[in-house]
Parts: sequence; C-alpha cells; structure tokens
Amino acid sequence: MSFTQQHKKLERNVTLLGVGAFIAVAIGSIVEIAPLFWIDNTIEKVDGMRPYTPLEQAGRDIYVREGCYTCHSQMIRPFRDEVERYGHYSLAAESMYDHPFQWGSKRTGPDLARVGGRYSDEWHVQHLKDPRSVVPESVMPAYAFLAEKELDTRDAAGHLKALRAVGVPYTDRDIDMAERDMRAQGTPDADAEDLADRYPKAQVRDFDGDPNRLTEMDALVAYLQVLGTMVDVNSAAAQQVLASEKGR
Amino acid sequence: MENALARAGLWYTLLVIAIVAVAGAHDVGFAVHMWIVAGVAVIGLIATLSRYDYNAAANRILRAPNDPSRYDDEPVRWGVIATVFWSIVGLFAGLWIALQLRFPELNFGEYATFGRLRPLHTSAVIFAFGGNALIATSYYVVQRTCRARLAFPRLARFVFWGYQLFIVLAASGYVLGVTQSREYAEPEWYVDLWLTIVWIAYLIVFVGTLLRRSEPHIYVANWFYLSFIITIAMLHIINNLAVPVSFLGSRSYSAFAGVQDALVQWWYGHNAVAFFLTVPFLAMMYYFVPKQAERPIYSYRLSILHFWSLIFLYIWAGPHHLHYTALPDWAQTLGMVFSVILWMPSWGGMINGLMTLNGAWDKIRTDPIIRMMVAALAFYGMATFEGPMLSIKAVNSLSHYTDWTIGHVHAGALGWNGLITFAAVYFLTPRLWKRERLYSLRWVNWHFWLSMLGIALYAGSMWVAGITQGLMWREYGADGYLVNSFAETISALMPMYLMRAAGGVFYLAGAVLMVANVWLTIAGKVRDEAPMSDAKYDPQADRPIVAEPAE
Repeated sequence: MSFTQQHKKLERNVTLLGVGAFIAVAIGSIVEIAPLFWIDNTIEKVDGMRPYTPLEQAGRDIYVREGCYTCHSQMIRPFRDEVERYGHYSLAAESMYDHPFQWGSKRTGPDLARVGGRYSDEWHVQHLKDPRSVVPESVMPAYAFLAEKELDTRDAAGHLKALRAVGVPYTDRDIDMAERDMRAQGTPDADAEDLADRYPKAQVRDFDGDPNRLTEMDALVAYLQVLGTMVDVNSAAAQQVLASEKGR
Repeated sequence: MENALARAGLWYTLLVIAIVAVAGAHDVGFAVHMWIVAGVAVIGLIATLSRYDYNAAANRILRAPNDPSRYDDEPVRWGVIATVFWSIVGLFAGLWIALQLRFPELNFGEYATFGRLRPLHTSAVIFAFGGNALIATSYYVVQRTCRARLAFPRLARFVFWGYQLFIVLAASGYVLGVTQSREYAEPEWYVDLWLTIVWIAYLIVFVGTLLRRSEPHIYVANWFYLSFIITIAMLHIINNLAVPVSFLGSRSYSAFAGVQDALVQWWYGHNAVAFFLTVPFLAMMYYFVPKQAERPIYSYRLSILHFWSLIFLYIWAGPHHLHYTALPDWAQTLGMVFSVILWMPSWGGMINGLMTLNGAWDKIRTDPIIRMMVAALAFYGMATFEGPMLSIKAVNSLSHYTDWTIGHVHAGALGWNGLITFAAVYFLTPRLWKRERLYSLRWVNWHFWLSMLGIALYAGSMWVAGITQGLMWREYGADGYLVNSFAETISALMPMYLMRAAGGVFYLAGAVLMVANVWLTIAGKVRDEAPMSDAKYDPQADRPIVAEPAE
C-alpha cells in the first residue's frame, strides 16, 4: 500500500488528522524547550545577581510600557566589536530575574545590556528629554513627559508579589517595605534603612534632577543605571566560572 | 421574547461588570479597555432590545441568505470588508513609523512614539489584516470543499466580532502603553484570555464544519487551516502564561524569565511566522490558485509530503532568532539545522502552487489576479530561501540586529502574504456580492505594479541598510580600533530609510486602489474599460493579397 493510500485514513478522519498535526508540532516543542528548565548549566551561577529594587523594577516596567525593545537590545554577543563597543558579552544569569526578558531583536539604537554607569544621570535625563540635544544623529523619540509624571507607588508591593509568584526571590520584608524602598531610593534625604543590605550595591540618590518629586524619570534612569552592573564580570572569580563553562 | 430578555440580561450583566471594573481600575489603560467593553455591551443591549429593526437593517446591508441550500457567507462578507479596512490601518501605521525613523519629529508626545506604534503596525498587519483574511477565507473554503454549511452559525459570528474586539483592545492598548513587550504577543493577560476564548470557538466552528462534510475526503487546504488553528492555540497559551499584578489592572509578569523566556518567546515568535503567516496562507493558495487558474493542484503526493514535513520542521526553527546569545549552544545549533532543512518543504509548497499553472501559463499575461498569485508564490520562494540563509550562524552574526531582518520579513509579508490575500479578496468580492465581475480588472493590474514597485524599493533599501550597518559596526581601522561610532552608523542609513518609506507609499497606494475597487464592486458598478488582453482585429487587413498587374 503506497503512502498516498495510507494517508487516506488520515484525510478521512478529522480526529486523526488533528491529533496527528498536534503530535507533529508537539515533538519539536518539547525536545527543544523542556531541557532548558532542567539542564543545570543553562544558567551558570555568578556572584552579584540580585532581584531589582522596587524603583528599578518600576523603571523596567516603564521600559516595557514604552516598547524600548523595538529599538534597543540587551544582549551583547561574544564578538570582538561588540565586546569593545558595549562591554563583556551578556551572561544567561544576568537576565535570570527578567520577567519578561528584553533581549530585543533590533538595534536601531545601541545595546543597553551594560549601559549602567556609562553615562551620568544628568546625561540620561537630558537625552531622554531631548535626544538630539546630546546625540545629533539620534532618531529616538523624546520622552520629556516622563519627568512630568509622578511615579505611581501605590501598588509597589503588588508588583513584587506577582514577581515572587513567578519565581523572583523577594523576601516578606522586601514586599512589606516595597513602597518605602521605592521612595527612599529616589529621594536623597530619606532614611533608606536596610535597603542596601537587602539589595547590595543599590544606588540611592535623586536620579532626575528634581529632588522634590519622585517621577517616572527617576525610575527609568535608576533602571538604566543598574543595567549590567550587578555582576562584576571582570573579577577573577567571575572569569574562573566563565573559563569552566561548558556548552557555549 | 424570553430569549431576547435573557440575552438582554446577559449584556446588562456584562455592562455592570465593565463599569465596576472601570471604577476599580488600577491604571488608565485598563480603565479605557473596560470602557470599550462597556460600549460593546451597550451596543449589544440596544441591538437586542430593538431586535426587529436591527435584523432588517442587517439584511438590507448584508443580504444574508436564509436559504439552507446556499452557503452561509455572511461572516465571509464581513471578513472581506474587515480585511480591506485593516489593511489600510496596518499599512498606514507602517508608513508612519517608517517616516518616524527618518524624521524623528513625527513622534508626538506620549501616545504616538515609535515604541508604541511599532506593535500597532505589526499587530494590525499580522493579526488584523492577516487574521481577518484567514478567518474569512477559511469559512469560505471549508464550506465549499466540504459541500456543507458552516456549523454553529451563531458561534461563527461570535468568532468574527470577538476577534474584532480583540483587535481593538490590543491596538488601543499599545497606544495607551498596555503591553507585555513580547514581540508579536504584546497584548496583556486579559486580552490574551479573551483571544483564547475566541480561538477555541473558532476551532469548534471549523472542526464542526469538517464533521458535517458531504465529501469523504478532507481537502488539503483544510489540513493547513486545521493545523494553523491547533498550533496557534498551543503557542498563544504557553507563550502568554503570566501572573497579573491585580485582576483590576493591566500589568502582568511572564511566567518565565531570561533565557527560558527568550526561547519560549521566539518559539512563539517564529511559529507566528510559520503557523500564522505561512501554513494558513498556503491553505489559501491551495484553494484560490487552482480555482483562478482552472487547473487541478499539480501533485497530491507533494502536498502530503510537504504538509507533514513543513509543520514538523517549522516548530524547531525558533532558536535562530537567538544566535550567539546566552541561549545554550545546542539549542542554537538545533534551530539552525532545522531552519536550513526547512528550505525544502517550503519550496515544496511553492512548486506545488506554481506547477498548478501547467498549461495555463498564458494567464499570467491576461489575468492580473493570477499574476498576483504567481508573484506571491515567487516571493514565498525567495523569502523561504533567504530565511534559511539568514539562520546560518555566520550569516546571522552580520544580519542580526540590523534592517536586513526587516527587509526579509517584508519580502515575505508584502510579497507573499499581501499579494495572495489581495488576490483572494479580488476573487471573493464579485462572488460574495453576486456581481458579474470586479469593478475594474485594470485597476487590479495597477495595484499589482504599484505593489511590485513598493516591494522592490522596500526590500532593496533594507538589504543595503542592513548590510551597511552590519559591516560598519564591525569595521576596524589599521590602528586596531573600531572605526565607526554607533551614531555614525545611523546617519549612514538615512537615505535608505527615505527610500523604504517611498516603497511604503507605493504599496499603500495600491491598497487604496483595492479599497476603491472593492467598494465600487460591492456598490454594483462596472467600469467601462477595454479587456486586459484583446489581440487587435483589423477587418481591413484580414484578406488575401491579390496580385495586381504592373503598370
């Protein structure tokens, strides 16, 4: 019996055809995706990774809201030119708390995976308000309205709780303190209490140049300034881990 | 009467729920969306309470056949109109964002920035234009090839209107900043839930109609539609797994993070290309090309072979979007290998379509609709060659993150999806509205050439832009330093961005011509024009030469 004869069984029966099609697409999906959740070296552990502070996470939410991924990647590939231009290539661990990931697929603007600490807060604020005043060739939209909008801090704890539900290790204290943490990190004179203990290397200061208000600009700049700075990729310890990496 | 009362009660309940949700909304985007839902409920309520008049009006405008010996084409007619309408919205949004990249002053305030309009463009063309074309043609094709009326006519109508609501919520959400920022899966959790309900209803209508078929065999086009509906359901549900911050707010967080999230998303993203923009459009090809050419499909064996190999192989190709990233090497290599193998079944579909014209090739000259179909298949072939090539890691290291990818996508979207859909619209319109022919076949010809010019400018400029930028990024001087700053690579692209926008203008102009043509056809007008092909007949010349004696 030729295969066209055998196929007649399938094309006379909706159930067989539908189930057959589903099996055909399920095989590749399972074989390719499932192992990423249990192969250990998918994410090599490195020192320094911590969840985002509530203010940084709020900035990240603004980054997501504005669709920055349509023009900016956050994934440096291991090529000489990229490493020289943007810094050490990106590690899987560096986006382990990113829900959703923002690696991007297009660089109309430069990669931002390690933009943290490269420019001053003032530069970022000026650039976001009027990109062409600092980079004449830029085609980026102006985001001046961010400096006018008060940051919505009301549901800071709710955001952290949702993130904990999907696996980000926020502690109960992190959630209780979320709103206060958010205000404290962006206000120079506020009492930050144990913020720096719970979020090592968290940068506490006024980011947007207006110390009297906590704006969306504060949050976004705080997020940009932490990008790529958590892991000291050039430290001896990190280099040792990278040298022993397998599967990349 | 009681039935109407019960339905009015349901609409009223929905209205109350929507208003309560508005009152408790955590953010503006969610509140606006609930206002839209409340508006839908009000319209439903009014329509239910004034049922009789509404029916009469609908009958007058849409001429729904009540005769059981006729196919149920009412939703197909709405679908054709929706397809044509959303094509203009999607293409205009595309032109606007193309111009924004050349003239950044065209970014207005908070709501009309590139970052918010780009998902509006992609969703409008893929899901609004493409999706409506797929729902409409699948309803049309499945009835004809099964020789049966649509199963569950009410559910079929719910699918159409529910899908429009999904589009409106998604599109308005992007402008308001309601987005997951996952490419081609931007709508937030509640819009995703709504689409899931609509999609399952679609599956029920489609499978129900297949079960009612009078033909023993399920026609090949329906294999493609069926696997499209099933696989999109799987991709949509898994990729959008998320935990909402609040049930009264729009924000949610993806269930996955980092590297796993990236692979799930690109497994979805690439298979949106596969199972939304390829598989069901091949279903359209398998019905409309043989019908328009009046020739049977070239090879039954080839259709079996390429159907199963295409759907089996396509699902693996996602990781080629993540070459040289932090995704493990084994997954990248797997994605590359399967992408390259995929070239063959893709061309199987192209060959089966093109060879169907065996013995009817002259129609390319005389029938602009056939010409559109053939050009669509040719672009499908080119895009499915370029795709495997770009998925090779060495090539990808240059092309990734550049406009080459954008050019590749548009060769497929404008060339393949656009042209095959336009051809189907031109095929369907006179048949659905019982017109003798289209208003103008010559306008179809104009549409074809405007599209060709548009695609050539678009694809050409983006290839040049992509390769230019890729090479400039990696250019080293004799001193061992990078030659170009990032800003310099942007200003180098400006002429190409202008050329791309010009391509968009031509393509949009063709689509506007289509709107006019469809509109006038529905209105029952016929343009007084010479036929497309008519060899001249000169009765004066049609006689033997009679020898005349020399003087």
